[in-house]
Amino acid sequence: MRTCEPLLFKNRRAGQTVFLEGYRKTGGYRGLQKALQDMTPASVREEVKASGLRGRGGAGFPTGVKWSFFPSDNAGEKYLVCNGDEMEPGTFKDRQLLLADPHHLLEGVIISCYALGIGTAYIFLRDAYRQCAANLERAIAEAEEAGLLGDNILGSGFCCEVHVHRSAGRYICGEETALLNSLEGLRPNPRSKPPFPAVKGLFGKPTALNNIETLANIPHIITGGAAWYKGLALTEQGAGTKLYGLAGHLETPCCVELPLGMPLGELIRDFGGGVWQNRSFKACLPGGASTPYLTAEHMDVALDYEPLEQVGTRLGTGGVVVFDDRTCMVAVTLNLLRFFARESCGWCTPCRDGLPLVCWLLERLERGEGSREDLAMLREQLLHINGRSFCALALGAMGPVDGLLRHFAEELEDHVRLGRCPFQA
Amino acid sequence: MATVLSEKQIAQLKRRVKETPHPREMVLDVLHAIQDANGWVSDEGVELAAIILGLSPLQVEEIATFYDKIYRCPVGRKVIHVCDSICCWSRGGEALMLRLQQLLGIAPGETTADGMFTLLPTCCLGACGEAPAVRIGKTLYGQVALEQLESILDSERTEVAS
Repeated sequence: MRTCEPLLFKNRRAGQTVFLEGYRKTGGYRGLQKALQDMTPASVREEVKASGLRGRGGAGFPTGVKWSFFPSDNAGEKYLVCNGDEMEPGTFKDRQLLLADPHHLLEGVIISCYALGIGTAYIFLRDAYRQCAANLERAIAEAEEAGLLGDNILGSGFCCEVHVHRSAGRYICGEETALLNSLEGLRPNPRSKPPFPAVKGLFGKPTALNNIETLANIPHIITGGAAWYKGLALTEQGAGTKLYGLAGHLETPCCVELPLGMPLGELIRDFGGGVWQNRSFKACLPGGASTPYLTAEHMDVALDYEPLEQVGTRLGTGGVVVFDDRTCMVAVTLNLLRFFARESCGWCTPCRDGLPLVCWLLERLERGEGSREDLAMLREQLLHINGRSFCALALGAMGPVDGLLRHFAEELEDHVRLGRCPFQA
Repeated sequence: MATVLSEKQIAQLKRRVKETPHPREMVLDVLHAIQDANGWVSDEGVELAAIILGLSPLQVEEIATFYDKIYRCPVGRKVIHVCDSICCWSRGGEALMLRLQQLLGIAPGETTADGMFTLLPTCCLGACGEAPAVRIGKTLYGQVALEQLESILDSERTEVAS
């Protein structure tokens, strides 16, 4: 069984949360100390860029490159916003991290603020993560007490404050500009880009936005160095470790930290306990609800950004949701589309009206009332919705539809030909 | 307005808002405070939030009605959120919802006659590794088996009574 020395989960113990004392015992805050005492903000940014770290929130944009667009050296008010909305079904990794070890994120936030010349950070958490919010608030208080946060951190002259913001439950808040509106107390519709948040973000000021897992990696890049971090991945182009969520029809659903680039089959067999009830693997979402499916032919595919793009899907958040051979993929896709249709903010027509239309078509097909014209109309929606909506929610929603049409066209045809769902007695 | 929050609570919130550089960012904190005290956010609660924040009631209303964990209708003492997203669906979430309807004698969206429980479907609870999951009040229950539901409801009832 392939494993790795855990970085983000090194202090994870069942049912326990590690706070300051435990975190420091295993090297916690050494990265912050090194950054503040031995490195300039620019050299921290360079190290992160050289590490090859890519955003773990779903989009996978290189973190160092994203930071290079940020006006780090300009004077004036700037913000760091940590995106902890994590409301995409199949994605629960950030919750696991905050339940186990909240200082991990906090150290990453403080180092990132130092690197980007930022004095104020907000950690945005979804409503369901109340315990995570409590853990973070305790960690912030401990860090302030220990001189690791607040004024003149570790005697360096650097000052930084961190606030926790609790949301109230809407998936769209994970979209970075909708999140900014939400934080400002506005209706969380996405904002038009440009200007990008790095130019005009929270309260109209330059704002860096990164995911929880992304920021929690920063202390390790600083302590271990970019070359070491990059070498942790199993693929040549990959970098670091990844928190993979395993859910659906598995014997042992879980969240595990493994080298980036784990082959799908090994992940399912060795860590998910295999497909449940001795059934066979049929398909999976490789990276949360918005990613096109993988099938049994993809067992050797490395779960990393490029290899998954080559087979027409995405790593997304790394939340792998498995479906067994008795599962109707039309029903799966319908469930996913109902989620996205319900969570659309309603701002633009392709999303507000297009996603309910896709649901309506899938419902007809699943009930056995669908026609070949319905199948054609379903296919057409990929053209009408993809790339035509204001933000990426609709594009993500159509990911499973794209996968259904590419990999399960025969199953769709069977629903029409038989006039019923072939998986229902 | 003092029926929504006490004068002391209102004064505390007003002070916090005054100390915040961008007062509007506190709109959810104020709505959460009103909901924690009343169980839901009434029209009067929206008006009070607007006064505390220095906004119009409409500006507060467009926030209060956007989020699904802010309740703009009366709810029971405990709201039961049943996750209907893909991970819970794949591991029996639909059966949990049906069983809860039977046990409570209500449909989704309704409140039991004794005012104890409101039953709602919800998007992902972030407990995909523990599917199927249900949240009752502030408590998350993971890997819920159908047979457990009755005793879970009993213990929730007992907690309210004690």
